[in-house]
Amino acid sequence: MDKTWNNKAWFLVLPVLVLVAFTAVIPLMTVVNYSVQDTFGNNVFTWAGTEWFEELLSSSRFWEAMVRNLIFSFIILAIEVPLGIFIALNMPKKGWGVPVCLVLMSLPLLIPWNVVGTIWQVFGRNDIGLMGYYLNALGIDYNYVQDPFDAWVTIIVMDVWHWTSLVVLLCYAGLVSIPDAFYQAAKIDGASRWAVFRYIQLPKMQRVLLIAVLLRFMDSFMIYTEPFVVTGGGPGNSTTFLSIDLVKTALGQFDLGPAAAMSLVYFLIILLLSWVFYTVMTNYDAER
Amino acid sequence: MNLDLSWMAWTWPTAAFFGVIALLLVGMGAWEYASPGGNPRVGVLRFETTRGDRLFLSLLGSAFIHLAWLGLVGSNLWWALALSVVYAIGVFRYV
Repeated sequence: MDKTWNNKAWFLVLPVLVLVAFTAVIPLMTVVNYSVQDTFGNNVFTWAGTEWFEELLSSSRFWEAMVRNLIFSFIILAIEVPLGIFIALNMPKKGWGVPVCLVLMSLPLLIPWNVVGTIWQVFGRNDIGLMGYYLNALGIDYNYVQDPFDAWVTIIVMDVWHWTSLVVLLCYAGLVSIPDAFYQAAKIDGASRWAVFRYIQLPKMQRVLLIAVLLRFMDSFMIYTEPFVVTGGGPGNSTTFLSIDLVKTALGQFDLGPAAAMSLVYFLIILLLSWVFYTVMTNYDAER
Repeated sequence: MNLDLSWMAWTWPTAAFFGVIALLLVGMGAWEYASPGGNPRVGVLRFETTRGDRLFLSLLGSAFIHLAWLGLVGSNLWWALALSVVYAIGVFRYV
């Protein structure tokens, strides 16, 4: 069948292209330009070539931040995905409990990131914070300001509190879309609870789970505001993730060249991971 | 109107870099015009790719080749560029 080609639709896309050019392409071009130069302000730049990239790639500080980022994302996924599935499976499917649970689950998602950070920063303090004070009263030596392990636990618990709801809501949406006929058939066959989960619920949730994993990985890999507010990257550099390191370099030290080089490497990693996730998702759809 | 773009800190090498990217995009547009549909096929990666996907993979892979060269070998990037061209040809041929 012959298709009618009408390219006028491109004009409708033009405003978006202009917007993206101003908000993404031009800043990205500028970052590329900065990454090969050095500046001390006043728009005076000197050529540095690949110096910042070489410095970055041999910098232990950069690789340590990268490893921290990967460990953090892995822990977050390992906790939030199973926990989200577990909560979604146990949420009511009908009755007054549904709206109550949905509202309760949505609440953490509505709180701005810096406010979440502030809440947990106060909550964890061992002089006035509810959690910090009572943990110490119970004899647990908890101090997220001085102990790197406590700082990590605080940030992970905070992220789990903030974002597990997203996984729950996505899984719940997948679960409620399963027709009752599937459960009735399983009941007739005498399927166990595990078999129902393994062969009915999990396959039906796969698509939304993939989206949940993608979103949580990307968000946790780019995390900035919450740990910055709670620990500021400390104690020492123990919670300094790539984004925090980047802001410290760019705005704290005003090293625009090294910061631009770091931004580009960070951007490339995110781009690669996004492509991998996107490819997995689209191919999964195609196979179905 | 005086459009002062000095804050963008343009240099000839970076301008040439973006010029090449722009030329590649124009070239891909012309290719698509001449042969519409994106030439989708399943290659060694066992999933369908169009020629746009193959360009993206070539550029992204080339960026990592250059970074790896910088980190592991040295600052002379001409060999990394040659390797990237070979890689891109491989991607367009087999992926």
